[in-house]
Amino acid sequence: MSRGGVTGKSARGGGAEAWKIRGWISQGSYWALAAVGLAVPLAAWTLLSVLGTVNKVFLPAPYDVVHRVAVWFSDGDLLSDVRISFFRVVAGWALSALIAMPLGLLIGTFRVVQALLEPLTDFIRYMPAVAFVPLVMLWVGIDESAKVGIIFIGTFFQMVLMVAEDVRRVPMAQIEAAQTMGATRSEVIEQVIIPSAKPALLDTLRITMGWAWTYLVVAELVAANSGLGYAIIKAQRFLQTDKIFAGIILIGALGLAMDQCFRWVHRTAFPWAQARN
Amino acid sequence: MGPSDRVSLGAGAKLSMANIIRCHSVCKTFGAGRKQIVALDNVSLEVAEGEFVTVVGASGCGKSTLLRMVAGLETLTSGEIEAAGGLVRGPGAERAMVFQSYSLYPWLTVMGNIKFPRQLFVHRRDSTSSDVECASGRADALLHVMGLSSVEFAYPAQLSGGMQQRVAIARALMTRPRILLMDEPFGALDAQTREVMHDLILHVCALEGCSVVFVTHDVEEAIYLGRRVVLMAPRPGRIQSIHEVPLPPEREQEMKHAPEFLRLKSEILACIRETSGLRTDLELLQKLSRRASR
Repeated sequence: MSRGGVTGKSARGGGAEAWKIRGWISQGSYWALAAVGLAVPLAAWTLLSVLGTVNKVFLPAPYDVVHRVAVWFSDGDLLSDVRISFFRVVAGWALSALIAMPLGLLIGTFRVVQALLEPLTDFIRYMPAVAFVPLVMLWVGIDESAKVGIIFIGTFFQMVLMVAEDVRRVPMAQIEAAQTMGATRSEVIEQVIIPSAKPALLDTLRITMGWAWTYLVVAELVAANSGLGYAIIKAQRFLQTDKIFAGIILIGALGLAMDQCFRWVHRTAFPWAQARN
Repeated sequence: MGPSDRVSLGAGAKLSMANIIRCHSVCKTFGAGRKQIVALDNVSLEVAEGEFVTVVGASGCGKSTLLRMVAGLETLTSGEIEAAGGLVRGPGAERAMVFQSYSLYPWLTVMGNIKFPRQLFVHRRDSTSSDVECASGRADALLHVMGLSSVEFAYPAQLSGGMQQRVAIARALMTRPRILLMDEPFGALDAQTREVMHDLILHVCALEGCSVVFVTHDVEEAIYLGRRVVLMAPRPGRIQSIHEVPLPPEREQEMKHAPEFLRLKSEILACIRETSGLRTDLELLQKLSRRASR
């Protein structure tokens, strides 16, 4: 065991530095390893389907899935499916953000509101969103609002608690400093608590957006006739495994793309939060 | 208004006129019932206009609690505090406070942080453009006095601990407070940086003419900075003694080796050791080491 790697940031992937606890690797090695991590399962998948050891019904070949996406696209359904699913996810998520943000701010700022609402929210968030499907159908019907409603239920209660926690994490010294400079209560909230919590709030929005995508299939169980989730459910009925794969991968890719957008906004909007690195 | 009448009577009358902070038999208890803790028991203290007072004591003696009460961040269980001409009912801009750490706004640059208090008033109604100009002139002056000109546009996270505290002090002084309250502001800094900060804060406070209450657990710091050192003792928190520092008002680092400095230091340290309740059991230690060597 050489100790040389501890001081010099060597770019060699197998160096002592790379395996140090919370060690360092170069940008290049990071992306190379990421590519390997993605390529190995893909190669295994291709190999399994080429060898024909697994029935195509259970495991369609990668090129079958790609072919299915192409057909789906040329039939003209794919874009409208993506569009409607995108709309449902964003609408349900935005609606819960619209209510969860002010509510979480109040819970995280005032102990009275916290005592009043937090135990209730904690209780409801353990109820399974899927089980609300029949109730939502009963309450808001079976049109678009039902799908948005399911995604709302799936994300809202978690989001309230996360926003409240983000607000509570604002250091007390920041708040008290403003008070000793003569800031009023509303000025402290507007000019200290909200700007201080902003990066954490954006992270909360990013994470809950991910959850909203995972509730899409559940939401489109309710009398849908379009959307990615609906396409998966329909494909299940006809045992079109390749289409199920295509739908799942598309949802994953869309979610990942949105996640990267949020990360980009975080980097550009809050340069000061990156300054530490 | 019984107690305050009594204070302004007789020989004390002239002195109390010049007192900018007056704490009258202040008590503070936390919790209730059997878990009740007396943080401060009947503390009375007066600070003269323009004076630099340091408060020192073992942990748990309530020195920070007392400071926070003067700032208006903590309520009183009984007693009353008068500061800058009025009863303290809550925080106010005439009593600025510098915290140990984490009080800067990381989303604002150094200049943005220093201007923050003025920003509050700009958002409020009737501020004229000359007010704003005057404020930026003041911010520039503070930036230079505190030696921050080179980092004007940096964010707090890019600064060292010492530089961050310079910004915090500049920001606190922005509103021209009559009282500056400091709660172990240099506690997290290394010894060399702390010495630089000591001379800087003495210089700036003399320049600004504000009265300072400075809380610390470092006895040397307390003597070097303070014209008076208030020694507090724990369980229950109370003032043990008040020491006039026998040094000229203009302090220099060499004075730390002066015999009167060292005498006061060892006197206060002995007092703290006595009251802290943390004593090393030398006999037991000897017994243990004897057993180990066998």
